[in-house]
Amino acid sequence: MNAVDLHSGDDLRELYRELILDHARNPRHFGKIDHPTHTAEGINPLCGDKLRLSVRVDRHGNIADASFEGSGCAISVASASLLTDMIIGVPVAQALTCFDIVTQRLTAPDVDHERDIGIDLSKIKALDGVREFPSRVKCATLAWHALRSAMHGQTAPVSTE
Amino acid sequence: MTQLQKCDQPQVADCRQDFPALHQDVNAHALVYLDSAASAQQPTSVIEAVADYQREDHANVHRGVHTLSHRATDAYEGARDKIQSFINASSRSEIVLTSGTTESINLVAQSFCRPRLDPGDKILITHLEHHSNIVPWQIVCEQTGAELVVAPINTRGELDIDAFYSLLTDDVRLLAIAQVSNALGTVNPLRDIIPRAKSLGIPVLVDGAQGVPHMPIDVQSLGCDFYAFSGHKMFGPTGTGVLFGKESLLDAMPPYQGGGDMILEVSFDGTVYNDLPYKFEAGTPNISGVVGLGAAIDYLSSVGMSRIAQHEGQLLAYLMQKLGEVEGIRLIGTAAEKSGVQSFLVDDIHSHDLGTILDHQGVAIRTGHHCAMPVMDFFGVSGTARASLALYNNAEDVDRLVEAVEKARQIFA
Repeated sequence: MNAVDLHSGDDLRELYRELILDHARNPRHFGKIDHPTHTAEGINPLCGDKLRLSVRVDRHGNIADASFEGSGCAISVASASLLTDMIIGVPVAQALTCFDIVTQRLTAPDVDHERDIGIDLSKIKALDGVREFPSRVKCATLAWHALRSAMHGQTAPVSTE
Repeated sequence: MTQLQKCDQPQVADCRQDFPALHQDVNAHALVYLDSAASAQQPTSVIEAVADYQREDHANVHRGVHTLSHRATDAYEGARDKIQSFINASSRSEIVLTSGTTESINLVAQSFCRPRLDPGDKILITHLEHHSNIVPWQIVCEQTGAELVVAPINTRGELDIDAFYSLLTDDVRLLAIAQVSNALGTVNPLRDIIPRAKSLGIPVLVDGAQGVPHMPIDVQSLGCDFYAFSGHKMFGPTGTGVLFGKESLLDAMPPYQGGGDMILEVSFDGTVYNDLPYKFEAGTPNISGVVGLGAAIDYLSSVGMSRIAQHEGQLLAYLMQKLGEVEGIRLIGTAAEKSGVQSFLVDDIHSHDLGTILDHQGVAIRTGHHCAMPVMDFFGVSGTARASLALYNNAEDVDRLVEAVEKARQIFA
């Protein structure tokens, strides 16, 4: 029984790593930014996660600033916080490549995720524990879906249901 | 162990062995099922009744002269008789079989209310309702120009009874009210409310989805005009449900859906509708599901609804006490009169995170808004964790829940 507890505890610790808990408790870039050029809302009706992502793209096509507002579970908030951390200062095209990599990383573990796109992806590895919890993948990808939706100029809220 | 003995009548606790789904490991822990308010597990007798019917008796009902069709019809109509007796309806014509509480309520909204609502008329509900007792009324109000009025609740999750009575005025065309709140467990004082509504000539629909599995129901003594409930919350199959309606009201209502079985005679000049309750049962029904529902009623009757209510009442008190002792817990829904549901939040842990951590320890609870978003808004939360009890739960289940919650607190510490 102890061994089982230890094992299941490990899975949970993988899911709720220190970095995830830190970003969930102290989300970076939380709030509004000035003059956003792109915004999108992400809704996960299953657990009531609701995030609004705002991005300002400069005239060179780089993401000059990004933020998010809303509420959600630890996984969705931490993922949104990591996202904003990663995409600020990055060209839009690269940020969208991040979307592909993150969603593949969480849903198709066999794909080679280590390709170099010129962005530090190390923090995203903190979300790897989500793979063992299929019902939580939607939480982890919510902000990323909102990013893609914002960049594609969609106005309807995106849902990961 | 002493607490176990204190909380459980031996016979009711023994029911656990009749439910095969409860005897399995989930995530390497013995399953603790505390989500019966969402959907209850089924006893072997229900599973076998459905399987036996499928294996040996299946044919369409009310149609053929052949033997299997007779058997299927007898089994299906036999279940209707059991339902009638279980809720003490005065006639089998008053038992309309539906797909669930949701369809039962929509039937009343469209068939009873829609033809008789004018702009300015009111439908009264409460802030406690499940979405299925809100949205059908919003739709019929939109169709007719009637107004949906919502009676407020207090911070314990009880109906504000003075405010409620001030809203119960003679321009209300229907009162639709839950017997038990699915999100909070509050038991509404129907014994006081229904006579008051009836004295003003207001028809009353009771959403009994969370009442039927947990307490004895007598629709005649309750005095309601409509009573809606679901099979799968009372240990029967999904896709089954019941609308009890007073015969005089059902008789005057137009059909809800057209099709086979609800007619006596069809020609292109017109159609003669079938008698009650078949007028409201268009198309081939969920025969095997209804057979299973009949078996579930047999099962509940054999245990005894009063004993079930007593067992769950004791266990709820234990649940509230043990959860209340957890540091950082916020119990949501603390009404004086409650049935076996407790919503809660712990520290600042999101309910979905709590649900995952509990599931990992084999403890199944519901997390989220419980299809009662207005209740969540009232308490200023996006969702809660909810443990709900049924006859097969025991004190050990409660202890395991509390242990799992403590583990969640450690992870988030």
